[in-house]
Amino acid sequence: MAKELDTDYWDKDLVRQEEPKEYNTLNVGPTHPATHGVFQNVMLMDGEFIVNTEQTIGYIHRAFEKIAERRPFYQITPLTDRLNYCSAPLNNMGWHMTVEKLLGIEIPKRVDYLRIVIMELARIADHLICNSVIGVDSGALTGFTYVFQDREFIYEIYEEICGSRLTTNMGRIGGFERNFSTKVWDKIRYFLKTYPAKLKEFENLLARNRIFMDRTINVGAFSADRALAYGFTGPNLRACGVDYDVRVMNPYSSYEEFDFIVPVGQNGDTYDRFMVRQEEMRQSMYIIEQALAKLDKMTDKGTYYASDPRYVLPPKEKVYNNMEALIWHFKIVMGETDIPAGEVYHCIEAANGELGFYLVSDGGRTPSRLHFRRPCFIYYQAYPEMVKGNMLSDAILTMSSMNVIAGELDA
Amino acid sequence: MFQIIPDRNQLVVTKLIDLFGKAIERHEVITDMLCITVNKEVIHDVLFFLHDDKKLQYNFLTTLCGMHYPDIEQLGVVYHLHSFENNHRIRIKTSTDLQYPKLPTATTIWPAANWMERETYDFYGILFDGHPNLVRILNVDDMTAFPMRKDFPLEDQTREDKDDSMFGR
Repeated sequence: MAKELDTDYWDKDLVRQEEPKEYNTLNVGPTHPATHGVFQNVMLMDGEFIVNTEQTIGYIHRAFEKIAERRPFYQITPLTDRLNYCSAPLNNMGWHMTVEKLLGIEIPKRVDYLRIVIMELARIADHLICNSVIGVDSGALTGFTYVFQDREFIYEIYEEICGSRLTTNMGRIGGFERNFSTKVWDKIRYFLKTYPAKLKEFENLLARNRIFMDRTINVGAFSADRALAYGFTGPNLRACGVDYDVRVMNPYSSYEEFDFIVPVGQNGDTYDRFMVRQEEMRQSMYIIEQALAKLDKMTDKGTYYASDPRYVLPPKEKVYNNMEALIWHFKIVMGETDIPAGEVYHCIEAANGELGFYLVSDGGRTPSRLHFRRPCFIYYQAYPEMVKGNMLSDAILTMSSMNVIAGELDA
Repeated sequence: MFQIIPDRNQLVVTKLIDLFGKAIERHEVITDMLCITVNKEVIHDVLFFLHDDKKLQYNFLTTLCGMHYPDIEQLGVVYHLHSFENNHRIRIKTSTDLQYPKLPTATTIWPAANWMERETYDFYGILFDGHPNLVRILNVDDMTAFPMRKDFPLEDQTREDKDDSMFGR
């Protein structure tokens, strides 16, 4: 005899589902290897799914905006190093250009090109870290160890130029502190020759890897509308399909003379962010090649700073032998040169997006107000919306693909 | 390429003055950007209008930051807006008195303003009316001062072992 179906069982199950759910609270951070920096996420979890997130930031807040109000302009450069410390030269150049805009210094073409070479190298270094870390967080450590050699090589190039590696304090207001040596050019050319093959190898490891694709496609997707409302810029906005690039929209440092593509994604998910950064690295290589070609064509090989004696340090030989040069050197170093009153906003396309400097000067030796527009700080607030309903492991991946840098976040 | 209307600055100013009249207190081009000073009574309406007007479309809030003007005892907020459609940037300024600093929030227009306003509150003590979660963001929660105001000392001012008066500090 067939047993009668126990309908009661189903009813009971339905009743059980209507009971209020129990959520867990999970602290990710402040010091957690997966956050890549010191910040905390308090996550409300339903099993392994995220119901809500609240970020706590400010653990490495160093009051740069306040400190900047007491420092002469050239002493603010080391502060900008520590914003996005993965691509310090970009921040340095952005700050120099801001001050040059306020002072009205005209920059020679050669300095513009030198700056572009450095800025694009810094962009490659930053994107390399971000992309390889996406790999690490999805469980693929190999790519990370491969490309860190190249990042190391870029740091060696910085070292040849300015003597330091991570926080570079590179360049001066008006140009560079010294001309690039032949060793620098050799290294850059060697890098351009060897790097594309390695980049391809790195991409082969991940881009069409089934596991990586499953982990990243449609994870942390964000629509273009929401991204714009949340103030996204840089690769994260471009991954959503908006082709906004400061280098194209408001060209600075002669970027208008260069030919490059602004890669865009479609879904704004982790995979798109990865691929956009990947393509941007190739475009950066292309820009550096163009800059090298332009520099080769120039007959002038010696100009590396603007000829404006009011703000550019005189050469050392003159300082030691000439009274006026010594006075000027002293005045510039002590920050006693005339600074016009005024206010400027200057922005550059940093590795994470639009890095802006809003500088207000009242004519004193220090800025009266300096505000950094840090791209990380602005787009990280969209994180709860991006990870809502995702699993915890995807949230980690989303965060690393957004490239949230604690130094920039907290300033 | 983008179509750049040469008198776009003029267009913005004319439209705003037509609509808000005397509440637009000042407008000038500083260095390379149009800078408009707006009375705080209409700041929310001005921002909303700039965001929604079909011809202007300032759809992107680039940045928002606080200011302190100690000589006139006022606090201010500076908005940088960007219209992607027309590739045009403007700067909107407003100010409020130091005793009761209160301004309407911009989070209803741009969600991006959320943290920027929290940061401004954190450092200047400007209260944003209607903000969903106006608490300190970068400083510790139990801090009582507003550190970016000019009267807040950068270093401990009671120190006697350092004398930098020669250098104007």
